[in-house]
Amino acid sequence: MARPQSLGRNVWRRFCRHRLALLGLLVLLALTLGTLFGPLVYQRKINDIDFAAALQGPGLAHPLGTDDMGQDLLARILYGGRVSIAVGLTSMLIAVLLGTLVGAVAGYCGGSMDHVLMRLTDLFISLPQLPLLLLVVYLFRDAMRRLFTPELGSFLLIVLVIGGLRWMQPARLVRAAFLSLKQQEFVEAAVALGTPPLRLAVRHLLPNALSPVIVAASLGVGSAILTESSLSFLGLGFPPDMPTWGRLLFEAKDYLDTAPHWALFPGTMIFLVVLSINYVGDGLRDALDARKVL
Amino acid sequence: MSRYLLRRLLLSVPVLLGISVVLFSILALAPGDPFGELALNPNIPPEVRLNLRKQFGLDDPLGLRYLRWLSAMLGGDWGYSFVSRIPVQMLIRQRLPTTLFVLGSAYVMALLIALPVGLLSAVKPYSVFDQIATTLAFVGYSLPTFFTGLLFILVFSISLGWLPFIYSSTIEATGIAWVVEHLRQGAMPIAVLGLFEAASLTRFVRASMLEVIPQDFITTARAKGLPERRIVLKHALRNALIPVVTVMALQIPTIFTGAVITEQIFRVPGIGSLLIASIESTDTPVVMAITFVYATLVILFNLIADVVYGFLDPRITYG
Repeated sequence: MARPQSLGRNVWRRFCRHRLALLGLLVLLALTLGTLFGPLVYQRKINDIDFAAALQGPGLAHPLGTDDMGQDLLARILYGGRVSIAVGLTSMLIAVLLGTLVGAVAGYCGGSMDHVLMRLTDLFISLPQLPLLLLVVYLFRDAMRRLFTPELGSFLLIVLVIGGLRWMQPARLVRAAFLSLKQQEFVEAAVALGTPPLRLAVRHLLPNALSPVIVAASLGVGSAILTESSLSFLGLGFPPDMPTWGRLLFEAKDYLDTAPHWALFPGTMIFLVVLSINYVGDGLRDALDARKVL
Repeated sequence: MSRYLLRRLLLSVPVLLGISVVLFSILALAPGDPFGELALNPNIPPEVRLNLRKQFGLDDPLGLRYLRWLSAMLGGDWGYSFVSRIPVQMLIRQRLPTTLFVLGSAYVMALLIALPVGLLSAVKPYSVFDQIATTLAFVGYSLPTFFTGLLFILVFSISLGWLPFIYSSTIEATGIAWVVEHLRQGAMPIAVLGLFEAASLTRFVRASMLEVIPQDFITTARAKGLPERRIVLKHALRNALIPVVTVMALQIPTIFTGAVITEQIFRVPGIGSLLIASIESTDTPVVMAITFVYATLVILFNLIADVVYGFLDPRITYG
């Protein structure tokens, strides 16, 4: 008899078969830890202005060079990474929670409830994302900054808007899973045993519907980071004193001829994070698909 | 055919209405008063301000305001730009052709790359060509357009000096020189958008072809002794394209994101860069109108996808 394998261990074993996914996970871990603990080791301020050292390329004093005001780029990139990754994770969490709720209600209730919720989902899918994001940020930016601190206000607004425009895919996945799970015998058994509806949905249906959502969520973190970077790149994301990676690119784009390093480093960071996340998502998809023999 | 089209057209009316409700609610929920500046101006007495509010119906119930706004939008009266003081629809009419030109060319380019590459990859899966193509597609799909745009400028304009990095709407030359200049300045924005789109399309074409090729009707075609070329191009590709068209239609909102960014990077005078400029100068009528135009374009492209869908799959009846 083979030793019984736990689900988690099994998924992990399958995930490790996908070499690039594993590499992506390592890169992602390194970058996250680097942005979390890097500033403790590399204690330069993100806003130390030194015009004598403006627009310097990488060197001993400034490992990744400086910007037009002589601010240290490595410190700014480390700080920006924290913000970008936090935005990616938080907005995806919002999107997944919202999407799971909508999908679960639609799939569980069925009937006219399902119909209304799915038409709403279709409507949100056909909304032009970026123009709408820009519109919302533009209209609510000042109010949110006044309501909270400027930093927290911008963060909350961006996270809420990105999450609010990304819940459709998880919603569809959860609904589809609920619809097919409802027909299965173990659910019938649970109903026969007198399981109350909420418990049935949360304990019996939801855990079985999660695999596709996990994959969508992991890929969603990457696209949320991209969206935040796009907003910041257009100058409409975070305020200038919060240098996210997109914001750094926005500031650097007019100095491409004299200081290409300024744009290259943050751009490469965005690319690396998104590429790693996409590989991890790919690996998870393979690992969680139980029908696939690896 | 025309009845099918008409039905699809009617089905898109509720979507457009839904989008207009979303847009209007955002505007209605937004803090701030369109007459806020007048309130701060001491030369304008409060009675005048109240009269103005009344005249523009700002104190009417929300539903009424929505209906009035919608009928004005549908009637083509999109208001005046606060900044350039000309009707919004004129402003958009000047800019829209450029956007459509760049978007359309990028799409054509994406298809010209994605179809052959995805096809060849799927015909010989896990070959060297497939591995290179899949990796490149994966990398290209993860490269954000704003970064590729900057990289292109860095390489082709600054290092090599081949292409201009600012799009000019007034080109002096005529004849062949005019066409060449247009292609030169359009090359980078179109390539950035087209390559990004090609990367994700290639993945879909390949995946879809791989699903079709093992099916029985392909084996039948082989057994009949049809040449491989004909099997792939006529039997497999046509069926593989059906899901690809669906995906393309679903991706249109994402492409507009890329289009806004590319227009901004290369200063293409389209509606995307107008949107950013209007946001920077708080020109609300223009911002609202452009968002509405993008929404309409999404629906229009979805309609086109529906038509192509019906053309590819005869099982979809036009009844």
